[in-house]
Amino acid sequence: MTQSKAHFEFKDIHVEVEGKEVVKGVSLTINHGEIHAIMGPNGSGKSSLSNALMGHPNYTITSGEARLDGKNLLEMSADERSRAGLFLAFQYPLAIPGVTVANFLRAALKSHRGKDADMSDFRKLLKAEMSDLSVDPSFATRYLNDGFSGGEKKRVEILQMSMLKPKMALLDETDSGLDIDALKTVADGINRYHNDQNAILLVTHYQRLLNYVKPDFVHVMMNGQFAKSGGPELALKLEESGYDWVEKEVLQKAEV
Amino acid sequence: MSDAIKQQNESLSTLNADYAAKYGFHDPVDYFHKGARGLNHEVVEMISRMKKEPRWMAERRHEALDIFYSKPMPKWGNQQALGEIDFENIYYFMKPIERQQDNWDDVPEYIKKTFDRLGIPEAEQKFLGGVSAQYESEVVYHSMKEDLKKQGIVFLDMDSGLREREDIVKKFFGTIIPSTDNKFAALNTAVWSGGSFIYVPPGVNVTVPLQAYFRINAENMGQFERTLIIADKGSRVHYIEGCTAPVYSTDSLHSAVVELIALDDAYIRYTTIQNWSRNIFNLVTKRATVHKNATVEWVDGNLGSRLTMKYPCIQLVGEGARGEVLSVAFAGVDQHQDAGAKMIHAAPNTSSRITSKSISKDNGRASYRGLVKIHKNAVNSKVSVECDALLIGDDARSDTYPTMEIDSEKVRVEHEARVSKVAEEQLFYLTSRGLTEDDARLLIVNGFMEPFTKELPLEYAVELNRLIELEMEGSIG
Ligand SMILES: Nc1ncnc2c1ncn2[C@@H]1O[C@H](COP(=O)(O)OP(=O)(O)OP(=O)(O)O)[C@@H](O)[C@H]1O
Ligand SMILES: [Mg+2]
Repeated sequence: MTQSKAHFEFKDIHVEVEGKEVVKGVSLTINHGEIHAIMGPNGSGKSSLSNALMGHPNYTITSGEARLDGKNLLEMSADERSRAGLFLAFQYPLAIPGVTVANFLRAALKSHRGKDADMSDFRKLLKAEMSDLSVDPSFATRYLNDGFSGGEKKRVEILQMSMLKPKMALLDETDSGLDIDALKTVADGINRYHNDQNAILLVTHYQRLLNYVKPDFVHVMMNGQFAKSGGPELALKLEESGYDWVEKEVLQKAEV
Repeated sequence: MSDAIKQQNESLSTLNADYAAKYGFHDPVDYFHKGARGLNHEVVEMISRMKKEPRWMAERRHEALDIFYSKPMPKWGNQQALGEIDFENIYYFMKPIERQQDNWDDVPEYIKKTFDRLGIPEAEQKFLGGVSAQYESEVVYHSMKEDLKKQGIVFLDMDSGLREREDIVKKFFGTIIPSTDNKFAALNTAVWSGGSFIYVPPGVNVTVPLQAYFRINAENMGQFERTLIIADKGSRVHYIEGCTAPVYSTDSLHSAVVELIALDDAYIRYTTIQNWSRNIFNLVTKRATVHKNATVEWVDGNLGSRLTMKYPCIQLVGEGARGEVLSVAFAGVDQHQDAGAKMIHAAPNTSSRITSKSISKDNGRASYRGLVKIHKNAVNSKVSVECDALLIGDDARSDTYPTMEIDSEKVRVEHEARVSKVAEEQLFYLTSRGLTEDDARLLIVNGFMEPFTKELPLEYAVELNRLIELEMEGSIG
């Protein structure tokens, strides 16, 4: 892959988990300021792709390339990818008992900045971001994701994103588990974060998030591959008609 | 280089380098009195004479020595490590200076330096109500704030306690843990020296902690402090002990006996942060008797040592009495932490909780050994036991030996035991936010210990986290 102006791009990515290939050659180029959405049936490989790009040790990238601002991500460990500006909001965020949200965020910020943040600056920042996302202040001293409801976990993922301000955010089903008001709050948070210097790749099953966070491109993932790409109208069509027609299209193409 | 030094250097290189630098130093000392190695009735007599003790105590000592000889070694725990103890190679009594001081300026320079390096005078100034600093066999420095004295609170080293409050000592000494209890309790009774004696008068609340610090300096030293704390009716006290020792190539022995008595409505918290070097055998007997509506809490942090065997015990003898043991143990390379708790319910409406957390790293081994006994009369009692083990690395080991003897109906017993590894998924979650793998692991370990650390005074919590950080450095997988 030659150096390009692309912000984030990956090419012909193959991912194996437990000895099984679940992502079978996907490529995408994302420019600064763009929002891309990936949709697709359960088990089609969306989370596997996101996890592998972030550097999850169980999701092995067997071939392919991935770059962020020209830097080869695949040579980096997960923490290096994070410090290079990549972020993944998890579909199923894990609990870390005994580690408070505040301490965790402080450690994360420190690793990004190379030095401890001033305590009062940090508190102010955390307080402001929490209030923007309607996260109750008591969450600062709660243990990370420990006993959080599904929606609370998702909100705290976005809180982490807004604190770390990554250059490239992968959001894996951040909308699932959110009630109607929370969906709006979280979407507002994503839009506040978004600017022409960063980009978003979000995985979702439903149009409802895309009503707020408007994608420039929509990609359909099926059986570990991108079966179809299009503009925002593609998401509406999927919502209306499901995935059958995409599958048929793919089969027809294969026959030709 | 002499063989001894070579050997010492070799063993040093395998130890945590930071321990050696921070605590592992030792002072070259001209002791006021340094007895010979080995144990016999003459040694016992000599100790008692030097202390100018009343005859009844000397007799207790001799009697205890015979019990020590007649008792077998414990049949549980790490038999191999226990077998390494050479009782004849140990110094049973070393008196560093002639007279205890109550002013830091009068403590000899080398000892002062030691305690300075360990941060004791600073802690005293900042947040303690009283401090006792024991060096080898005796307390070399002791002081207590004037206002505490005025409230009638007695905080002395045990030798002074025996001299000044013989009546109380004679009444309670060895009543909670008799010499016949176990081999090491007998040994301690025979050669005990130093430790703390605390008496809190009825209704008095000691609002600041009292602390004792125990330092072993000499190689092959045996430290046998004896502590007795009596909280009279409705009083409250928090006592903290800390321990360290230098790094040597051959072993030293620490075998304390601690007896607590909480009379009706009293409250005692006993916090231990011990960070022994890896050549210490730490075999300690701790027991509390808790009377009506009183509370005793053992908060027990065990780091370091070659082998620790310690099972703080609480006897709930009065109706409505409450007991709690909260412990963490960290077992690193070649270490075995065999720790646990004993909870004896002997009265109605008593309640207790045991929370045991252990971390085993590399080939370290942590065992939980616990006994819960509910006597027939202890109706409506409640017990909860929670054991949590964290393993770091594939060779780490943890085991639990819980025993429950429940002779009463109408009781509520909860028991939970968990063993977990630092999960790859958790590490990934944290590293995906930019933390290095080492930082992520440390955060997870600190999180695991949090239920314990949050019970410590802030200064100790910070220190404990730092110690864990040192222990974690360079850990694999
Ligand atoms: N850790 C794992 N171990 C075994 N199989 C896995 C693992 N992770 C994913 N898979 C398998 O890989 C395939 C793709 O799963 P993935 O989670 O990527 O799907 P997805 O598109 O995110 O689905 P969903 O929409 O349900 O979240 C599935 O068949 C799944 O069972
Ligand atoms: Mg998924």
